[in-house]
Amino acid sequence: MRFKSTLENYIFVLPAVLIFSVFYIYPFIQIFHLSFFDWDGIIPFKDAIPLGWGNFKEILFQDPSWWQAMRNAGYITLIALTFQNILAFLLAWACDREIRMKNFYRVIFFIPPVLSEIVVGMSWRFIINDIDGANIINRMLAGIGFPNLMHNWLSDPNTALTTVALVHCWKGFGWGFLIFLAGLQTIPRELYEAARVDGASAWDSFRKITIPLMIPVIVLVAILTILGTMQAFALIIGLVGGEFAGHTSVPVLRILASMRGSSRFGYACAQGITFGMVLVVISFIQYRFSKKAKE
Amino acid sequence: MKSELYYKSKKITLNILIHLFLISVAITCLYPLLWMISSSFKTQDIIFSDISLIPRHFHFENYINAWREGGFGRNFLNSIIYTASVVFGIVIISSLAAYAFARLRFPGRNLLFIMFMAAMMIPIPGSFVALYVLLNKLHLRNTPIGYILCMINVGLSTSIFLLKTFFDKLPKELEDAARIDGCSKLGIWWHVALPLAKPVLAVVVVFNALSVWNEYILALIIFDSRKFMPLQVALKTFQGEFVTNYPLLMAGLTITALPIILVYLFMQKYIVNGVTSGSGIRMKKLFNV
Amino acid sequence: MRKVAWCLVLGILLAGCGQGNQETDKSTITIWHWMTDREPAFQELAKRYVAKTGIKVNFELYAPSDAYAQKVHAAAQGATLPDVYGILGEKRDFASFVKAGHVLNLTPYMNDLLGSWKNRFFAKALAVNEFPDGNIYKVVPGIYGVPIDIMTIEMLYNKDLFKKLGLDPNRPPATFKEFIEIGKLLKAKNMQGLVSGWSEVWMIDCLANNYAFNIMGEDKVLATIRGEVPYTDPDWITVLGLFKEMRESGVLANGTVTMVNKTAEQLFATNKAVFAFNGSWCVNVYKGMNPVLNYAVMLPPKASDKHPMSIWEGAGSSFMVNARSKNKEEAVKFLKWLTDGEQQVYLAEVTSNLPANKDCLEKISPILAQFADDMELATHPNIWGVSEFPLVTETLDRGIQSIVIGEKTPEQVAADVQKVKEREQAKKRS
Repeated sequence: MRFKSTLENYIFVLPAVLIFSVFYIYPFIQIFHLSFFDWDGIIPFKDAIPLGWGNFKEILFQDPSWWQAMRNAGYITLIALTFQNILAFLLAWACDREIRMKNFYRVIFFIPPVLSEIVVGMSWRFIINDIDGANIINRMLAGIGFPNLMHNWLSDPNTALTTVALVHCWKGFGWGFLIFLAGLQTIPRELYEAARVDGASAWDSFRKITIPLMIPVIVLVAILTILGTMQAFALIIGLVGGEFAGHTSVPVLRILASMRGSSRFGYACAQGITFGMVLVVISFIQYRFSKKAKE
Repeated sequence: MKSELYYKSKKITLNILIHLFLISVAITCLYPLLWMISSSFKTQDIIFSDISLIPRHFHFENYINAWREGGFGRNFLNSIIYTASVVFGIVIISSLAAYAFARLRFPGRNLLFIMFMAAMMIPIPGSFVALYVLLNKLHLRNTPIGYILCMINVGLSTSIFLLKTFFDKLPKELEDAARIDGCSKLGIWWHVALPLAKPVLAVVVVFNALSVWNEYILALIIFDSRKFMPLQVALKTFQGEFVTNYPLLMAGLTITALPIILVYLFMQKYIVNGVTSGSGIRMKKLFNV
Repeated sequence: MRKVAWCLVLGILLAGCGQGNQETDKSTITIWHWMTDREPAFQELAKRYVAKTGIKVNFELYAPSDAYAQKVHAAAQGATLPDVYGILGEKRDFASFVKAGHVLNLTPYMNDLLGSWKNRFFAKALAVNEFPDGNIYKVVPGIYGVPIDIMTIEMLYNKDLFKKLGLDPNRPPATFKEFIEIGKLLKAKNMQGLVSGWSEVWMIDCLANNYAFNIMGEDKVLATIRGEVPYTDPDWITVLGLFKEMRESGVLANGTVTMVNKTAEQLFATNKAVFAFNGSWCVNVYKGMNPVLNYAVMLPPKASDKHPMSIWEGAGSSFMVNARSKNKEEAVKFLKWLTDGEQQVYLAEVTSNLPANKDCLEKISPILAQFADDMELATHPNIWGVSEFPLVTETLDRGIQSIVIGEKTPEQVAADVQKVKEREQAKKRS
């Protein structure tokens, strides 16, 4: 009986595991295998030169531009984790309240994720840039009395990465908004009402009801943000055209450069694996940490 | 009396502040959309010189030309088929798996879950080549079913993760009641768990619909013939290696964005009403409030 | 209601599962290429060919080129390449395709009838697809591709803006010094100078190599690549120094390093920049964006008199015949027809490109003719017979980007490049 019940439980995961094994695990094993070779992706694989751990050693010790890309991605991710998610949370919280036009806002806030990277890149370049744009940001800065802050936000190496990160946050907050909104719905209204009857202020109920009940959702959004941000690259190309002497380079752009620019397919695979491992470690630390925090 | 006025004015101020905040974010969201739509009515020679949001002359023919020259008809239908099939597949498969990970016990459960999570994080560059060779061996290359299966796999991990987080949060009491009533596990999943998870299911639908709708690289690699290609590939026609036809591109992008906005409009009411209506009454009892 | 929805979903699912029918028809030639902007012209030619011979030609065009490159790589692994296709990438990638047996050696066809096919083409366009005797890639010598059109990369200037600056619109700067002097004028009038897609690093590579040829001559450049001259050589520092001078003089437009070429083209076409560094494909682009743009072609202003200035020229697109294709004889026949005078003129007219067939040059537009004028100065890495390590090229290009934004000095960049070069050499030896 118990055996049968366990078997029944496996049926639930069977379709997922099947598809996953064929379309993920199998290619993954191949890619993992390739990462030990010097192979250009064209010649028959039997002619590829085995390197042992050579590719990984090169990534770890001889490839500063890879680690610069990792640092950049980490920086964008930190901004996304804080700025983007706080923005998303606040907007979701505001739209969860009984306010006017909330249906309108709900629709509008989901526009950025829907727009293509080309449109986002072009329209933000138009807002930000001076010669191929309308220089709107700089004009606004001058208008509110900070003319000394005016400069080329995207083509100045000091501000390019931050500007890219902020546009990325703008493009991505819609997802966090949506998931937070779904999460807020699962908190019964009655809890708030009971709290208000007990004389709790809005801030109290936000702190004592909303936040604790939302922790799993916050963790979820945080992990999705890390994944989405670490793997972003199309927007970077749209805004600054590429790696910008390394200032806006990110791991995915490096991987693509190894694959196409220098035809080092094996090396690209090794970079992908290294990158994935870093992400796995970060996410699991975060997952564990939040579980502890909840307990 | 005075204090009531005080509270009222405080509330109004707070509301005004909230609205100011919401509106300013909304403006930045609307601007690129309007820019795209406005550009889609211009012509190639004025698109960069006339930068006003309201074009002087509306070239509606851009839409007709984009539809015709891009050969959208066939590809549009393909995109709808792919998106519907993949989203349907993902919703069923991932909710089954997520429910098992959240509620059922079986050996290897945690290991499997960790595997799915890890898969979500390790991007496999050049997996396209491996997938191509694999599909070729399975005789699924250049077939819609091969593409659909690949795309289901792409969305699976994230969807499982999303759904599990929400299944974990759902109260167990309803399921226990159903079990006592003699409902099978599949029955509980279908009749109890899924309806309760409507908001997050809607998120899963929107998330995957958007990712399938926007995908073009895998499609371009595994399909040889234009007749299987999704809409995004047709859209790339306007973005040639050297010449980009911006007005047609923008018209095409507007056409492409519409269905996904419709899906979202349709789904967002589940995101915000899913729990409060219907199952909400039962929820109240469960929370004992 | 719910049942209806279910049926609908199921129906869609089933409709989506129709098996793809592989077209292995003998009388159809399938061609893959990435130039989607030429689709109407190709389709028209295919129509003419089927009317003439009864052989169907199926052009499948895929954009963007990055995805296309992946598609061709994947198809090479799956041995499912079409009858005819284009290869993106550098010569060594091309060599790998040949060595893997994916490309038909066209030499016998080219030499047929006293070389009547071969002699049609510009020698340099053909050289891009040729592996000479004793090539470093160890490929069987021969011609492995058919050039369809050629491209040259030159400097352009806006004549109207020249007048505004008080310069003679018919006398572009001939020396680098004159060019740099214009920077002051530009600054004074608050105008933008040179635009180019320097975020896509290969265009930087191109200009740097042009000047390297001008300053040290071809032999020394090739010697550097072979590892006999270090990048820290004074001549190379002079080359890198030119970019520093350009930056300091203000002759470069703001943000050139963060521009993709399409942005640069948009600026030049809308009269917002005085100079552009761009390929001959731009004629078509500018025509679309601003039909009345008043511009002309110039050589990059020379920095030295010791050696001639050089420009890059390459096969804009070439077609390769799949050696494993059953239709290869038919495919070769079609390519012969495609590179005939009449078809070449048609392609050149419709797509505003330079034809690979040298007998068709008289029929091109005047501005395109200017691009063709400097053909004898043209060169391309693919015909040098040596190739630099990709990482060295990357370090050089990124280094120049750093110079242009004022982060590094030419000396620092030269040292960086040389370090990478030595590391790569050591790796190769081991």
